Amino acid sequence: MSLATFIEFVVNTLSLGSLYALLSLGLVFVFGIMEMVNFAYGEYITVSAYILYLLGINTSLPWPLVFLLGILGGAAISVISEIVAFRPFRGRSVEALLVTSFAVSLILQYTAQITISPRSKPVPLPGFFNQSVNVAGVVTPIRSLLLIAVTVLLLAGFSLLMKKTVLGIAMRAAAEDFTTARLMGVPANLIISCAFAISGVLAGVVAIFWVGRSGSAEPLMGQAPLLISFIVVVIGGMHSLVGSVVGGFIYAAIANVLTLVLPTSLLSFREAIMFAIVIIFLVLKPAGLFRGSYVEERVG
Amino acid sequence: MNALQWLSRRSTPIILAAVLAVLVYFLWWLNDSYLEDVATNGCITLVMVMGFQLFMGNSGILNWSYVGYVGIGAFASAICSIEPDSKRLQMPVMYEALIGIHMPYWAALLVGAAVAALAAAIIGFPLARLSDMAGAIAQFALLVVFYTLLAQWQQVTNGPRTFTLGGTRSTTIWVALVVGVISIFVAYWFKESALGLRLRASREDRYAAASSGINVVATRYYGYIISAAVGGLAGGLFSHYILSITAKSFYLAELFLVLSMVIIGGSMSVTGAFAGCILITIARQGLRQGEANLTNSGFDVSGMTEIVLAVLMILFLMLRPNGIAAGWEVRWRLPGRRAARSDSKQRS
Repeated sequence: MSLATFIEFVVNTLSLGSLYALLSLGLVFVFGIMEMVNFAYGEYITVSAYILYLLGINTSLPWPLVFLLGILGGAAISVISEIVAFRPFRGRSVEALLVTSFAVSLILQYTAQITISPRSKPVPLPGFFNQSVNVAGVVTPIRSLLLIAVTVLLLAGFSLLMKKTVLGIAMRAAAEDFTTARLMGVPANLIISCAFAISGVLAGVVAIFWVGRSGSAEPLMGQAPLLISFIVVVIGGMHSLVGSVVGGFIYAAIANVLTLVLPTSLLSFREAIMFAIVIIFLVLKPAGLFRGSYVEERVG
Repeated sequence: MNALQWLSRRSTPIILAAVLAVLVYFLWWLNDSYLEDVATNGCITLVMVMGFQLFMGNSGILNWSYVGYVGIGAFASAICSIEPDSKRLQMPVMYEALIGIHMPYWAALLVGAAVAALAAAIIGFPLARLSDMAGAIAQFALLVVFYTLLAQWQQVTNGPRTFTLGGTRSTTIWVALVVGVISIFVAYWFKESALGLRLRASREDRYAAASSGINVVATRYYGYIISAAVGGLAGGLFSHYILSITAKSFYLAELFLVLSMVIIGGSMSVTGAFAGCILITIARQGLRQGEANLTNSGFDVSGMTEIVLAVLMILFLMLRPNGIAAGWEVRWRLPGRRAARSDSKQRS
């Protein structure tokens, strides 16, 4: 492997890993507190992407404002879906919440299909998203570097939030043991709404870069990121925020290696291989790589 | 009197089968190809729903990968029944061993069910040990694996291209009706069998069941296999009715349909799943009509049906989590028995 391919591989893995880390962080955040895998999470990305599309097409707002509104839109739909659909299920079975979020995801998909279009729509993005720079002889898209920088900033800010602020400490306490946290005076509704808001913000950030790669928005675009975040979360550990970040980078590395190593005839099976790995992980190492506050969920 | 008691105790599947037969016969009698299509499709969906209820209703575990087994059955039976020549023409890359296979329709249906059951038997055991969140995600991951395999394995399923079964529809309205009736009896028989009882015990309290000597993992495992077999059978019916299938037919949209029927009707009883299947089938036809009318008048609202069903499903989960039936089974009671029953209830 030449140096250039190596650098390309590293940059690629880092930027893809950053995207996946943000993606799965948003999913784990809600999971830690609510014990809920949110199927509708992918659709928050879709909603954000459509806001970028609508604002970009119909208005001439400067792009930072458009991005900000897109992210806020993701947070808003996340909080709204929690209040309207998920709140009544608090304390109910795991499956009821799963099915509800599955239904919410379909509702959002088909609403996008009816109100906007079943076909994919090009999203206008600022010009630098499509430009490249030369890094040590390798042509690298600016958005990859931007993504890595944004991820570093977000993760730093995020860990400050979780470690230093009252809100962050309360959320970590709630993730550890929700009942006890409530007994200590942590307001349940506020904490859960905050968790969903953060989850939605992350979905909004992911949406910007996801659209940056594909250039378009369509009703089913949330499915792929949702499936990826499932894989990442299982590998990293469902109860660990650090695990989901590390898992994101591991998944990006595995996916890139598979793309390089697998013969083209097997490449189309990449998804099946990744999900088989997920099943193997769940059977053999259900806590994931980072244990967190995991309790054994196993019969026999 | 004894014969009557015997009949009364087994009246649930008989009543359901009779209702199904009357409905299907009525739709056929109206002599409209559209209604006949609705009836046949309804019966095929009913087989699917019965297989799904068989596991979910008794074990309390939602099997997310279920439609994957339906897909396996659909492709396996289609591969078995197509003429070798037409297979070679249509799918030149198919494995030579598969091209040679050829058998009559009914045998192909059974092979479809058997292949689905075999797949469940191979994969199911480690998964039966997982529960709650890990189990749900693993089953969902399995669905994605099935979908990817069905959609990409060119040598078996013709890959992403449509898999066409030539000839005429082997699944007629009457075949679908008969298999639908059989599936009702299987689902009810399973619920009342010793295995079903053990599975229901593990649903109510997994630890109490285990401490009474029930092997929870093995019980779930067997239930899972039988459910997959019924699903595979439904798949065979489906592929020999639709005549051109792709992996997409056995993914999230289909899962959602089956799920909405079982949840709205009530997963805990055969009657509930049956009612859910019939009601949602009717509701979907109505909604599709409305959708088509609106689209014709200028508003494109395709997808409205799914939105309405999804909202209904959430409302049911919120307000009536056990569905319309809530565990109730329709039953013909002998006159005079009711008083005795309420009496015994008071004493306990």
